[in-house]
Amino acid sequence: MSARRGLSGFWTGHLGPILAVCVAIVALWYAGAVWMNADLQRSAFDNAGQKSWTTGELVAGTLAQERPRLPAPHQVAQELWKTVVDTAPSSKRSLVYHAGVTLSATLLGFLFGAGLGVGLAVLIVHVRSLERSLMPWIIASQTIPIIALAPMIVIILNQLDVTGIVPKAAIAAYLSFFPVTVGMVKGLRSPDPLQLDLLRTYSASQAQTFWSLRLPASVPFLFASLKVGVAASLVGTVVAELTQSADGGFGARLLAGSYYGQTIQIWAAIFAAAFCACALIAAVALADRVVARRMGYAR
Amino acid sequence: MPDTVIQASNLSLTYGSADGAVQALSGIDLAIERGEFVSLIGPSGCGKTTLLRVIADLETATSGSITVNGVSPHEARLKRSYGYVFQAPALYPWRTIAGNVGLPLEIMGHSREDRRERVAKNLALVNLEGFERKFPWQLSGGMQQRASIARALSFDPDLLLMDEPFGALDEIVRDKLNEQLLRLWDLTRKTVVFVTHSIPEAVFLSTRIVVMSPRPGRIHEIIPCDFPRDRTLDIRETPEFLAIANRVRQGLREGHSYD
Ligand SMILES: Nc1ncnc2c1ncn2[C@@H]1O[C@H](COP(=O)(O)OP(=O)(O)O)[C@@H](O)[C@H]1O
Ligand SMILES: [Mg+2]
Repeated sequence: MSARRGLSGFWTGHLGPILAVCVAIVALWYAGAVWMNADLQRSAFDNAGQKSWTTGELVAGTLAQERPRLPAPHQVAQELWKTVVDTAPSSKRSLVYHAGVTLSATLLGFLFGAGLGVGLAVLIVHVRSLERSLMPWIIASQTIPIIALAPMIVIILNQLDVTGIVPKAAIAAYLSFFPVTVGMVKGLRSPDPLQLDLLRTYSASQAQTFWSLRLPASVPFLFASLKVGVAASLVGTVVAELTQSADGGFGARLLAGSYYGQTIQIWAAIFAAAFCACALIAAVALADRVVARRMGYAR
Repeated sequence: MPDTVIQASNLSLTYGSADGAVQALSGIDLAIERGEFVSLIGPSGCGKTTLLRVIADLETATSGSITVNGVSPHEARLKRSYGYVFQAPALYPWRTIAGNVGLPLEIMGHSREDRRERVAKNLALVNLEGFERKFPWQLSGGMQQRASIARALSFDPDLLLMDEPFGALDEIVRDKLNEQLLRLWDLTRKTVVFVTHSIPEAVFLSTRIVVMSPRPGRIHEIIPCDFPRDRTLDIRETPEFLAIANRVRQGLREGHSYD
């Protein structure tokens, strides 16, 4: 009986479905690797003068190439292990080192982006004319294809002797301020008329209304938009690193990987970047939970 | 301070909305003296909330004149002359009960010590001792409404504007709060303007009952109702009580059959 309940718990809980999807993805991935690398492997057999081969040999070969079109999951895992665990974090071959480079620019950019976003939102909510004059520009700023623009901005900044972390953080901030502005405007406007009327009966000032009502009411909206913003910051930093690759970072790894056809390295960098994004979002979510509990939202 | 707390003459208010204008108040003439307990009673939509909101400077009359404590409602609001109890508790979910009750005191710049004293005193007044550190969602609807009353009382305004404060509560709690409110009014000599749907509630609490009728919202009749200040719930069985209740019911019926 208890075994059965355990099993059904497995399927109704989070873990079961997630694991099932993971297994399916890995299986598909293996199948895709065999399929995409097969002709590479056939010509490799040809070049080696091997005239005939079994299916087993072919499959084994497709999953063990040095520069496959699509690396197999275990190859990426091995590369990750090698570059994260087996290499000293101070080495430029270590993904931990590159993660450090990317994350520092990401966090700096995120800090500025979030600050800018909150500042703009406060202005927009309190100065009526600003909504009409600022909002179109803010929206226009997000219609510019940043992937195309980032290299230009980075190069211009480099030529102005702005180098190091700042150009990358600037792109990160550019991408993260928008969701924070939009979320925060919505949050600051979220108090219902009754809650606002209440403060009016005390003839509270605008500043008092902001601190005692608008700001606390906006907190859930703020955290929701911070989660989007921090992920956007990471994307911005990686894009900037594609241009400013001398300092390292995930973007630099992607670029170097594509120069030399090191597909395994590229995939390892992509996974490491995705993992970092998850960790950043999880950190924001944790902060969200702590604040929500302190504000009495947690039940 | 003038003895007439509220003086409205020929007061009208029209709400403009996308699908036409609604005349919520029309030709309201009403004077309320210091220390009175005046109930506004009438069917839904007859402008009771609107009238209370005009007094509180939350809406502005379209025509006519009104003074509160001898000055305009706007000036009276800036002087924090009244405490307003809304139909819903409107507690801030991120503040504890003590934090909510102390909110007006914070806004008005009372010291921390003074705040704590007044919060404790007013929570005791509505029987909510011991709930200081709870959050609103941890309280029942009735307790939340009592907390909102404590909040309106916390800064000790001379005028209380109450919009169906007990509308959502069950009979027993309502009776109890009615008695408490009456005792509070008797003790502190505050002026109360009280919106209600309930005839017994109006008759039990009031010195005068303003019967309103809808479309457009106007005063149909004002019924005096002078029971001793220290009355108890028992008076509800007396013939005098039932007679006034009948007059109010009659007035409401006449007001309704107008249109
Ligand atoms: N903000 C508003 N905008 C437009 N019409 C309103 C507004 N508030 C109330 N009304 C209308 O005014 C009339 C009186 O409303 P109200 O004062 O709330 O009545 P009561 O409190 O007696 O039920 C109703 O017809 C209502 O629909
Ligand atoms: Mg109403």
